Parts: sequence; structure tokens; C-alpha cells
Amino acid sequence: MPTLLAAATLPDAITFAVAAVICVAGALGVVLMRNPVHAALNLVMTLFGIAVLFVEEDAQFLAAVQVIVYTGAIVVLFLFVIMLLGVDRQEQVFADGFVAQRLVPLLLGALVLVEVLLLAHQHWVTGAAKVSGAARGTRTNVVALGRSLFTTYLLPFEVTSALLVVAVIGAVVLARRPHRVPEPGELPDGAVRAAPPAEPPVPSVGGGEGAADGADDETKVVSR
Amino acid sequence: MLTAPVVLLVDNPPLYAHGVGLAVVLIDLVRVLVGLVALLGAVVMMIWFERKVISDMQNRIGPNRAGPFGLLQTLADGTKLLFKEDLLPGQADRTVFRLAPFLSLMPAFLIFTVVPIGGVVTIAHHVVDLQVADPPIGILLVLALGSVAVYGTMLAGWSSGSKYPLLGSVRASAQMISYEAVLGITVVTVVLEAHGLTTRQIVASQAAHFWDWNALRLGVVPFVLFFIASTAELNRPPFDLAEGESELGGGFHTEYSSFRFATFFMAEFMNTITMSAIVVTLFFGGPDGPGFHVVRWLWPILWFLGKTLVFLYVQVWIRAALPRLRYDQLMDLGWKVMIPLSLAWLLVVAGVHQSTTWGLGVLGGCVVAGGLLFQSVRVARRRREGLASGGSSFEPVPAAPGLRAAATPGKVED
Repeated sequence: MPTLLAAATLPDAITFAVAAVICVAGALGVVLMRNPVHAALNLVMTLFGIAVLFVEEDAQFLAAVQVIVYTGAIVVLFLFVIMLLGVDRQEQVFADGFVAQRLVPLLLGALVLVEVLLLAHQHWVTGAAKVSGAARGTRTNVVALGRSLFTTYLLPFEVTSALLVVAVIGAVVLARRPHRVPEPGELPDGAVRAAPPAEPPVPSVGGGEGAADGADDETKVVSR
Repeated sequence: MLTAPVVLLVDNPPLYAHGVGLAVVLIDLVRVLVGLVALLGAVVMMIWFERKVISDMQNRIGPNRAGPFGLLQTLADGTKLLFKEDLLPGQADRTVFRLAPFLSLMPAFLIFTVVPIGGVVTIAHHVVDLQVADPPIGILLVLALGSVAVYGTMLAGWSSGSKYPLLGSVRASAQMISYEAVLGITVVTVVLEAHGLTTRQIVASQAAHFWDWNALRLGVVPFVLFFIASTAELNRPPFDLAEGESELGGGFHTEYSSFRFATFFMAEFMNTITMSAIVVTLFFGGPDGPGFHVVRWLWPILWFLGKTLVFLYVQVWIRAALPRLRYDQLMDLGWKVMIPLSLAWLLVVAGVHQSTTWGLGVLGGCVVAGGLLFQSVRVARRRREGLASGGSSFEPVPAAPGLRAAATPGKVED
């Protein structure tokens, strides 16, 4: 409700402050946590903070999509991979690697920080400098967004979806492993042992075949 | 097709139309509290209801000692659970283990906030719609929170630090992600018909006659798909592979006890109630129904409760009647039947919206595409089965590189 927010700047500021603290704390957690699952959960926290900021900017559709796509699908997939591969132990971040690998990110991070500070120094904290404000007009934000997506920006929209489909097909092709002979129980013992026992498990959530893959991977997790 | 009813609540909730004063804040507070208390009470009643109905179907009496008709049995069980020892496995990830039950419970609460449980009433000159909140994204919020609910199950299994809960949670997350796609696509058909995302608008678009209810208006298919997918999303039988007792001990909550276990239990029943309410809202007109001139605000609430109760009964009925699916059957059903079907139906509905010719054309195209899909699945299965049975008999050496089985490891084949 834009009128409500315009009338009351204090709730506006409070919402922003809380969401910003959540975002930054989550982002720090992603970097600093040793356990990958904890890091992923902190990422979820950041994404939620950003969703709150979207709502505050009256971009409600974006907020919903943010939660559905990022926390609902992408981070769940991260966690899925982490669980299946069993990398749920603490990582030795500084055990090996080059000095440059540590310095370059620091440098890049500092650069981004300086850039943000430079860009934002005129409009501090409050929602004065909206970049993604509500689409103007009598219609709601969602309706306006839908219209512009399916009229003005139809081609980029469709091209993006085609790109995604191509990416999915490419991933399926790349992830198909060399076929094994079925029914390993009927083979001679030596042959079974010779067969590579542990291919990297392909964490796939989709597809009937992927489902069977998942079931197979589960047994590996058990035997680990 | 759309009968253009009184859509006066499209964008701004009417309560906030004249600014936010003390009265508005109070009304909001009351709405939240009533919603919370009603849902908690409904959970207690639902557990009793399920146990009673299931025992009736199994020809036994069920809980009948605590209180009249055993109504207080749930309270007794809850008290017992509260006083049990709260175990924390040695291998567990302490923080996440404690967090997971609440991640299960919160979405269940929050989804209920967008369900319209009654009509629009006027309290002290304030127009109040009888639902906790009516955000412009409405039904998308349901999908978003449904996808958050995955975390509770998933993290509960992982953080327990033991095998069977992990298996249960991996199963559950794959299952929930798969069936979320069906939920999303069927919701799109409803939104297409309602011309809006808010639950209030979806209800208003079905208000004229009962044959305008989306269950009938869209053809019965989206409703059936949504109902099956929501059952899978709830991890209720016959889709309760996340906690398959015969295979996984208790599933993802094996290691939980006391209050944390009670939390999972509560979340499950709360989700059942909420999903039934969502089905009623999306496909059966929500609180819509004939009323009388006596207490006018009461009738919509009664209609809503009645319809929801029907679906709760159906859920219990399904649980009593159907055996649990096998995991590959579950995934086959989701990906090879339900997702293509819901997608095809969405296209047909969109075509019919354009014109009848378009609708028929799209229908024909979908039938052809469905036939191709079915044929390809059948060919793949036949090839797999042929290899599985005949392959080793005349090819004892496994090293034949030309021998190609399907990508399935042949472990969980039917």
C-alpha cells in the first residue's frame, strides 16, 4: 500500500533496517560459516531479507518469485547436493590454495563496497531513491508486470525460456553416465567387482529416470 | 464465461482505505489472534476427527475415554508428549535440529492467513474481509510458503545425523519439489479464469452459481490434479514416503521426541487443514453459498467450514483406503503423468479463452503430443525390459560396449 508507506515513514525505515540487518547478517554467515549446510541456510536468510525489501518497494510479485525460485528451488537443490555428496563436514578454507585466491576476492569486494558507497551517498537509508518502485498506473503491480512481460518484452521473455530449455537438455545430456549392464547379480563376481562401484552420484530431482537415480544414490549415502 | 461479480476488493484491502488508526490496528490484531486460535483448535479437533473416522472405517471404536466421545484425547496425548524427555542425538547438528520443527510449523500457520473464511463484514464502520491478510500476490504466497515448508522436513532429516531420517528427508524434498510443479501449473489455470492472484478475487470470480466453481468450470482435471499434488505435498498417505514406517523407521522425524516431535505432528495436521481450505478456495468457491437473511455474516463461514470438512474427510478416507506408493511409482506419476497432463490442460484452457476454434486446435495438439510421449515412454520401458531379461542370457560378458541399457540402474525397476 503505497499510500500507507508514504504516510508513515517510520514503519518504512524500521522495515528497511530490519530487512537490511537480516540480509547483511545472512551474507556474512554465508561467507564465515564453516559448515556448508549452515552457509546455505544463511543464504536463505539473505534471500528472505531481500524479499522483504522487495515487498517494501511494492514489488510484491518479485518478492514471491524470489522466495519460490531461490529459496524454494535453488537453495533446496544446493542442500540436496550437499546431502547426497556428504560434504557436510567442516571445510578447511585456508588449508591450501594460493595467496592470490584470498587477495583477489578481498580486492573485488572492497571495490564493490566503494562503488556502492559512491552511488548511494546521496540517497541514504530510506526509500527515497527507489530503483524498482511500483509500476505506475491504475493497475496493480502484478498486472502491469504481466502486461509488459507479454507485450513489450515478449521476445526476450521467450528467448530466455528457450535458453533455459536448452540448458536443461544440455545438462541431461552431460549428466548421462556411461551405461552399465543391467542385473549385476547375474554377472560373474569378478565382473561386478571390476565395474566401477562409485561413479559420482548425479543428484537429480527430476524425471522418472532421475528418481531411480536418486534412489540409487540414497543407498550410497547409507553405505558411506 | 466470467460473470463479472462485485470485484470491489481487487487492489487495496478496504480496511486500510481510510488510513490506519487505532481501531484498524485492533481489528487486525483480533483477526490474527482469531486465525491463530481457530487453527490451533482445528488441529486438535482434526486429530480427534481423523482417529475417529479411521477407527470407524476399520470397524473399531477409537479414542473414547478422555472427555465426551474421546474429544480430549488429543489434549491428553499432547500433555504426555510435553512431559517426555527432549532427546538430542549426539551426532545431531544442534542448531539446525532445533530449528527444523519451527520451519515446518511456520509455513503451515502463514498459508492459512490468505484463506478467506467468510464474507465481508462491517465492524464499527470499518469494512473487514474475514481473512487475516489479502496481499496482492495472494495465491503465490501459498506456493512460496509451500516451498519453504520443504526446509523443515529436509533439515530435520539431515540434522539428525542418522541414516534413516536422512533417507526420508531426501525422498521428501525430491517429492515435494516435483509435485510443487503440478501445484503451480494447476494454480495458473485457476488464475487464468479468475483474472487475478488474490484469494478474494478468486473466490469472487466463482460467486455466481455453483457451476461457476472452478472445479466444474475448468473441467474436473485441474481440481483432481491439484488435490493429488497437494496430498503429495503434505506427505500424507498414499504419498507418505518421507516417513514410510516399514522402510525408514519413522522417517525424517525418527530422532525427534517430546515437544519437537509434537511440533512436526501439529504442522502435518495444520497443513492438511490449510491445504483443504486452499482447495475449497481455489476450486469450490470458498465461503460462497446460498445464505439467509437472519445472521447474514454467519452463512459464508458455515459454508466454508462445511466444504473444508468434506475435504478433510476425503483425506482421512484416502489414508484409510490406499496403500503407500513405491518411490519410483511416485516419481513416474508425478513427472510422466501429472506434469504433462496439467501443462496440456493449461494450454487447452488458455486456448478456450481465446476462442473455441483455438481450444479445439490446442486440444488436438495436446492429444497428439500426449500420444507421442506415451509411446516414447513405452518404447523406453520395453527396451529396458528386453535388455534386463534377455541381455545376460546370451551376453555373459559385461564388457560389450555396444550394450546399452537405459540410464536407470535397473535397481528399482518394476
